[in-house]
Amino acid sequence: MLIVHCPVCGAEGDETDFHYGGEAHIRRPATEDPASVSDAAQRDYLFMRRNPKGLHFERWRCDRGCGKWFHAVRDTLTMDFKGTYGITELPPRALMEAATGEWASFFKDKLAAVQPARKGKSS
Amino acid sequence: MKSRYSIFTLARNAMNYHKDWERAWRSPAPKSEYDAVIVGAGGHGLATAYYLAKNHKLTNIAVVEKGWLGGGNTGRNTTIIRSNYLQDPSIAIYELARSLYEDLSRDLNFNVMFSPRGVMMLCQTEHEFRAFKRTAHANRLAGLDCRMITPEEVKKIAPIINDDPNCRYPILGAYYQPRGGTGRHDAVAWGYARGADSLGVDIIQNCEVLSIRRDGAKVAGLETSKGFIKTKKIGVVTAGHVSTIVQTAGLRLPIESLCLQALVSEPIKPVLDCVVMANTVHGYLSQSDKGELVVGGGTDPYNNYSQRGSFPALEHTVTALVETFPIISRLRMLRMWGGIVDMTGDRSPIIGKTDVEGLYVNCGWGTGGFKSIPGSGFVFADTIANDRPHPIAEPFGLNRFIEGRLIDESVAAAVAH
Repeated sequence: MLIVHCPVCGAEGDETDFHYGGEAHIRRPATEDPASVSDAAQRDYLFMRRNPKGLHFERWRCDRGCGKWFHAVRDTLTMDFKGTYGITELPPRALMEAATGEWASFFKDKLAAVQPARKGKSS
Repeated sequence: MKSRYSIFTLARNAMNYHKDWERAWRSPAPKSEYDAVIVGAGGHGLATAYYLAKNHKLTNIAVVEKGWLGGGNTGRNTTIIRSNYLQDPSIAIYELARSLYEDLSRDLNFNVMFSPRGVMMLCQTEHEFRAFKRTAHANRLAGLDCRMITPEEVKKIAPIINDDPNCRYPILGAYYQPRGGTGRHDAVAWGYARGADSLGVDIIQNCEVLSIRRDGAKVAGLETSKGFIKTKKIGVVTAGHVSTIVQTAGLRLPIESLCLQALVSEPIKPVLDCVVMANTVHGYLSQSDKGELVVGGGTDPYNNYSQRGSFPALEHTVTALVETFPIISRLRMLRMWGGIVDMTGDRSPIIGKTDVEGLYVNCGWGTGGFKSIPGSGFVFADTIANDRPHPIAEPFGLNRFIEGRLIDESVAAAVAH
């Protein structure tokens, strides 16, 4: 059984107190430019998943607490939670660096952007 | 060629106190090159190899397996076999599998204990009743032997069921497939392994695939823990671990890996001679030949590679079944386990070619892999041998996700398979 910690209200509970929201940081392509969304981009948005064995970045909702969504970093092999962060935020730097495989390539440019100046951060 | 199992070999070996039985399959070292390599020696992988050798005369092939054969989801399911799905492509492939099961013991010369004891899917809400009625019509159009039955018939087939009309989820009827049933899951893997091995297929266990080596747009071979194996065709049939393997070839799949659990009770006298699935309350039940009640439910909600599920999912399943079968409330549970299943967005499998030439995938069976083993192996072998999708496999190609041509079985799959 997973013990989950909500970073918004501070509630702690088991997995039945929370709702799993799947993979994090998926952007709907039509939000930016609906006219030029390719079929492949739409498929990637709807279906394609990183599905890592190891560190995973995912969304959870604090069902029986504050009701807010948040991000969590969890190891899909050991089930350990490595940390949580706000729903509009990027992971803490250390966790971005710890990412492997497809997540590592996803965070690569974000890490570079975060490092020198934090003022340009928009997501 | 191996000697056939028969009453005479049994008698002959009994004379020697069963000390001289021939090994059912060899344990060869990998050759440096094969015509095709199947990754994953579960039911689907072994069936693929068997049909490649038997139907397509491709015998210079290997099956590589990280652990031991049949040790993954093939040995972890609840052995239910049925084909009453909603969509035509699903009906075609699951019914192909079910019909192959009927003759499988004879074909493999190995008793897979296929037992067409009937599969009953309970209707416990008005919505479920209507949904199953729709499936029933679709199945009748496709020629399946299935029918809706009344609460009285349900009670007659499964007398231990709670037929109180005032309970939370009363039995309003059921959707019944009399030709569905169960099989012996290990025997299916062992039978296909023995069959494939006797046709010359190398089954290489304890051989982990580390990565797929590419030569431009084509596959070049497999890096394994027992060295490099050169091949032009690779079939990846590794269920929950399919994403991690194809990622080494630079591909991503529309798959997420979840844990599905099952459990068995202590053995009791025969109380239930069919399979009962209660999708509304999330649980299904059958009784094994040993007398154990075999219980299954839904998946845990979150991504998981650990083969260990969480307790709330089990508790949910067991609660539901106690409501439906009050007599099991005092039973002790003997064993519980989990398997990592590969779920697609539409709950239908992916069978076919990928963007990499020579790389084929057969995955996404999710919670319904066991029942489809013979059919899946049959069409996947044909797909690999001829380098084009078998007509029954064609609708299940990866391109359906880009074309929006989904085969939505999330209702028929419901909780259980």
